[in-house]
Amino acid sequence: MIDRRMQHVPRLGHYPSRWRLQGTPVVTVMLGSMLTALPLIAQSPILPPLGLLLLLSWRLLRPELWRAWIGVPLGLFDDLMSGQPLGSAMFLWTVTLIGIDLIEQRLLWRDYWQDWLIAALAIIVCVTGGLFFARITGGGSIGWMLVVPQMGWTILLFPFVARQCAWIDRWRVMA
Amino acid sequence: MARPSSRRPGYNRKAQYGLFASYVVAMSGAAIGLLMVIVAIFDPTGFAAIRSGTAEITRPLSAGLKSMVSGVGTIDERIAAYWRAGSQNVALRRQVEADRNRIIEATAIAQENIRLKKLLKLVDEDGSEVVAARLISSSASSARRFARLNAGRSQGAMPGMPVRAPEGLVGRIFTAGPNSADVLLLTDTNNIVPVRRANDNIPAISTGGGDGSVEVRALSAGQNPFKPGDLVVTSGIGGVYQPNIPVAVIVRTQGEIAWGVPLANPAKVEAVVVERPFEQAVSRPASDTALSSEPAPAGVAAQSPPAP
Repeated sequence: MIDRRMQHVPRLGHYPSRWRLQGTPVVTVMLGSMLTALPLIAQSPILPPLGLLLLLSWRLLRPELWRAWIGVPLGLFDDLMSGQPLGSAMFLWTVTLIGIDLIEQRLLWRDYWQDWLIAALAIIVCVTGGLFFARITGGGSIGWMLVVPQMGWTILLFPFVARQCAWIDRWRVMA
Repeated sequence: MARPSSRRPGYNRKAQYGLFASYVVAMSGAAIGLLMVIVAIFDPTGFAAIRSGTAEITRPLSAGLKSMVSGVGTIDERIAAYWRAGSQNVALRRQVEADRNRIIEATAIAQENIRLKKLLKLVDEDGSEVVAARLISSSASSARRFARLNAGRSQGAMPGMPVRAPEGLVGRIFTAGPNSADVLLLTDTNNIVPVRRANDNIPAISTGGGDGSVEVRALSAGQNPFKPGDLVVTSGIGGVYQPNIPVAVIVRTQGEIAWGVPLANPAKVEAVVVERPFEQAVSRPASDTALSSEPAPAGVAAQSPPAP
């Protein structure tokens, strides 16, 4: 039995709307950032930064989708949601995206494992950077060990999120 | 997957400029972000207005979800309660028997207290409560510990006001928006609370550990006076927190530091109460009565009774 979703055939001459093509990734990343709106009063940084994960997934799945500046507005929105000092994700996400651009120019071939490695590096940079910014903006002495578990399961969660992104992407491009 | 070619625009001038401009925009955006962080170093609540704007948008969502999943934080406890339910039941019965006598004693002492206070004409009018509300969400993915309160300036919750639950202290309000406020939890590494040991008044300072615990340091030099099981309560020094709000139980000592667990778990408390800062709560009623009864000279009205 063929998966029923695969039977959907895009009609010739029909294109998805611009809003759907451009807006879907942005909306998913913003929804990921809004994960902190869940009614969960955490005692330690437990939730993975889902906005960042989705950003990385989209970026690695569709390199042509965004320029690096997309990290500025999306990062600002994430800062507004996450409780980090404003400008923290704005800086870190943009720098990460520029870094991925640089890596991409050097790598000739890239597959699943390289994507995961790039994402893992990006997650480590962003979480550690976020910790550093939280520390210098009045956070006091927050230990690095505090965010290691969060970093760990964020990295482990990346393949799953990338898969979901690919699933949304199929819907996105099929009108 | 082979390297995508779209990043190299080739000989197309327009595409080259477009790519260059996108990097210029990205770099300047990152620089602005860095600048905003630097501003936040000097003024941590500087962009509170922008943040409270978005807090207003997510507030209905969080509050709605909160009312649906209320009690989900205690699922583990409920399951654990079934474990050894029988022996626990017996132990609890004994505990209740023992506590009943103490409660009777305590009511007698409370009545005596009221009588003595009346004798001293030190009427303890507890007008410090501002508003009761719920914590609806938190900064669960950040290293800082903020919780969002479902009440803001229009309900009277102002920055700096202490927030407590029946079980103990929760934190204080960091920034306040029109209908929501961010509470700096007791466990945040930036939240410093002057405390004392409940049974003898050994003063100490409680700082958040960032991981759900607090770090208690005695103000006296020398060896650590705390031992596991000690209860620390607010001392009222500093004028923010009322005295005698339970803060934490010491669970472990390590050199000069004692580690405590907060008594009020923000994930489990149903509702929290925002109170006036202790200083205001003490000095306000006195000046009000002075102004209403007779037009006293300014010097007299400004004088406040000393804190007990």
